Amino acid sequence: MVTRKDLLIEFRSREVVYTTLFFAVACVLVFAFGFVREGIAVDDAAAGILWIAIAFSGTLALGRTFERERQNDTLRALMLAPMDRPALYVGKLVGVLLLLGAVEAVITPLIGLMFHAPIFRFPWVMASLLVTGTVGFAAVGTLFAAMLVRARSRDVLLPILLYPITIPVIIAGVRGTAALLQPEADVPIARMWLSMLVFFDLVFITLALWTFEPAMTE
Amino acid sequence: MDFQSITFADVTRHFGRRRVLHKINFECHAGQIVALVGANGAGKSTLLGIASTLLAPSSGTIHYGNSPSNAGAELRARIGVLGHDLFIYPELSAFENLAFSARAYGMGNPDGVVRAALERAGLEDRDDPAGRFSRGMRQRLALERALLHDPRLVLLDEPFTGLDDTATAALRGRLIDLREKRCIVLVATHDLETIDGVADRAVLLRGGRLAAIDDGPGSLRERYRRASRES
Repeated sequence: MVTRKDLLIEFRSREVVYTTLFFAVACVLVFAFGFVREGIAVDDAAAGILWIAIAFSGTLALGRTFERERQNDTLRALMLAPMDRPALYVGKLVGVLLLLGAVEAVITPLIGLMFHAPIFRFPWVMASLLVTGTVGFAAVGTLFAAMLVRARSRDVLLPILLYPITIPVIIAGVRGTAALLQPEADVPIARMWLSMLVFFDLVFITLALWTFEPAMTE
Repeated sequence: MDFQSITFADVTRHFGRRRVLHKINFECHAGQIVALVGANGAGKSTLLGIASTLLAPSSGTIHYGNSPSNAGAELRARIGVLGHDLFIYPELSAFENLAFSARAYGMGNPDGVVRAALERAGLEDRDDPAGRFSRGMRQRLALERALLHDPRLVLLDEPFTGLDDTATAALRGRLIDLREKRCIVLVATHDLETIDGVADRAVLLRGGRLAAIDDGPGSLRERYRRASRES
């Protein structure tokens, strides 16, 4: 219900999806000019840029999504409703994931094009890395963005809090993707990083569901 | 769950080192409209926030009938809040705002209830986004949103803001209806002339403390001034 409402609002305004997408594409293009010389990309640059673009645009999307709830204090109305607070968290998380999924659907092929990276050589493993990495990042991000919604310096605090905690997710995403994109793909290593991401997802989602209600009570 | 009274016992609330409410003792019963008055920053909205369960008191307890304030979703289902911010999504139409709220309160097929609420608010013909409404129209929509699920406890923070004379009269009528439906209504307001004659009693918040305003002679404003001088 919360996800459907968020998607309806986004469908009407298209504010977050356009800004996030524009930012992610700009990020990829700028790095492509820096790391691709005469058609040859620096080793592992594609994997790093992909996850940087996801992390940066994800932070932007998280901030804007919750800014919308702040403007008319509608997050407070959601907290007043007799729905389970963890369900509210899951609703917001799914909305953020769908948004980031749309962004990734555009920037992943773009990275393949700009960095001449074999993105679609192992499509299922690649997709699994993207999904699990995004879930881990968004799980923590949704919790922090909700907690910071009434903080005055939320725009500064969100990345300061979010990046150190999600570093394991970003590293696992980068190393797993790099293992897939190198000339001789190392699928077992990519799968090992994928397992790590699944583990991080379970830990982060469990902690977020556990802490959401007390964290949101003033 | 249901309850017939709300009781504040020694409720104190600090924000950092600043004490906003100090040992509030107070009881309201079903079928009563209580006006909370006081200067800006006196703690009226904080008291409503605590009554709504959104804010936890620093010390003291609140009971809703026999249930404590941590009774959770069942308790929240019986509380309706009109906040200072209106809790309305400007991108959604009036119907969509109310339908979303109705579903959030577990009303399965809310179309009929929502249409009746829109009619009461005089917004049945508006299908444009609520962001394009005037302040008064949004206030009327927010009031319907707060009352949509038939709450026992109704908390209204400055409900007369932005309303024209017709809408103000309609809101006064609505408050009387709520009393007849045996709701507990707490209204924080500066609009003493408007609430005068509707409220069953008025209490004054000053410096974080609560003082009853007597039922003596004179208008509510005159009694408010008297109580402000004495407290």
